[in-house]
Amino acid sequence: MREIQADQITEVVERLCIEANEHLPDDVKCAILHCRSCEDGEIAKSVLDDIIKNFEIADRENVPICQDTGMACVFLEIGQDVHIAGGDLADAVNEGVRRGYDKGYLRKSVVKDPIRRGNTGDNTPAMIYTEIVPGEQVKITLGPKGFGSENMSAIRMFKPSAGLQGIKDFILETVEAAGPNPCPPMVVGVGIGGTFDKAALLAKKALMRPIDTFNEDPFYADLEREMLEKINELGIGPQGFGGRTTAIGLNIETLPTHIAGMPCAININCHVTRHKTEVI
Amino acid sequence: MEKHITLPLTKELAKTLHAGDRVLLTGTIYTSRDAGHKRMCEALERGEQLPFDPEDATIYYVGPTPAKPGQVIGSAGPTTSGRMDAYAPTMMSVGARGMIGKGARLPEVVEAMKQYSGVYFGAIGGAGALLAKSIKKCELIAYEDLGAEALRKLYVEDMPLVVIIDSEGKNLYEEGRASYLAGRQK
Repeated sequence: MREIQADQITEVVERLCIEANEHLPDDVKCAILHCRSCEDGEIAKSVLDDIIKNFEIADRENVPICQDTGMACVFLEIGQDVHIAGGDLADAVNEGVRRGYDKGYLRKSVVKDPIRRGNTGDNTPAMIYTEIVPGEQVKITLGPKGFGSENMSAIRMFKPSAGLQGIKDFILETVEAAGPNPCPPMVVGVGIGGTFDKAALLAKKALMRPIDTFNEDPFYADLEREMLEKINELGIGPQGFGGRTTAIGLNIETLPTHIAGMPCAININCHVTRHKTEVI
Repeated sequence: MEKHITLPLTKELAKTLHAGDRVLLTGTIYTSRDAGHKRMCEALERGEQLPFDPEDATIYYVGPTPAKPGQVIGSAGPTTSGRMDAYAPTMMSVGARGMIGKGARLPEVVEAMKQYSGVYFGAIGGAGALLAKSIKKCELIAYEDLGAEALRKLYVEDMPLVVIIDSEGKNLYEEGRASYLAGRQK
């Protein structure tokens, strides 16, 4: 049994909030640079050039890439041989978010009630996802999630007879409906299977996986390639001004499901797809 | 290639701008998002004055990050304009003419733009660090309790924008995509 202090989790979360918001991950940068080299739309090229300039400024000056510094989505993979001591885990994570968003001059974008609103003033609470895994480490992934793109996400409970074609049509339909709103070029996270709620979680997890990786199952890896290509034939383009680059990545995650169902959730993200991981 | 535009956005100036034009904008603009627009429209309903003179004004849909020491403003890219669709026609009816944001607008907003010679500019969504460079002055003028959503007066120099919808209702989202796809089929 390994003991990890709650304070240590707070420190890591604080640091990840700031770093994730200022520095775009390499997989996303590479995808944008690659798409710029393939782009054949005129306005599209200048938009991608500005997007590249933007992440370079953020890197150099340590400022937020985007003003929507998001809700802090915190994924915790906790080894089953770990004992967290010296405080409540959720409190430790939220304290890290509170400090990170304060010290990093990040925007506080969380309201305390979905209908009655009212800013909480410190970007808490975080959206915390915990998983118990073998081992004696704690892996923390922080993905600040902006809502311009979150608002364009969708979920549908398919009949199994809809099959593969149903999923393909749903992906294209969702991207089409999102159009210019989620700040394209976008990243598309697809979750298929499980239950209603698990499908949505899979879609969110798909956005945390680097976009230069593929699903381990060759069937889904092929589907990822095929759907990214089909999305980039829609012509929506960077910012919706027309062009090839509508999406820079598409990840699919799956789970077994019930004989009667085929849930599918699609979580949309923008070109500022942020995620940063640290292991304690 | 780019047109240099100096505010205020008069009706005459608005009519010279066309969907797809790349513009470098200079002058005074005002920031507001959903919560600020709601308050302004409620104030107008009560017959009160707005916190700024709306005549020929341009409103930037933005909620910036807090400024770090030495900065004029934090990162400041556009938010999704569709959330302001409920309020935009009212704002245009009292003289506000320019809107800066990103994303689709409802037909009733486009109709109001045709009626009042409004112009909808797009700033690059997600390019908050870059766009902040063109903001030279920032002053909080109302609704301070709204935090990032408070009403601010900005002075911008050569702010890089694209005309998405012009005063005749022409729309780059439709035309840019169609012309790109038509070009590919050749």
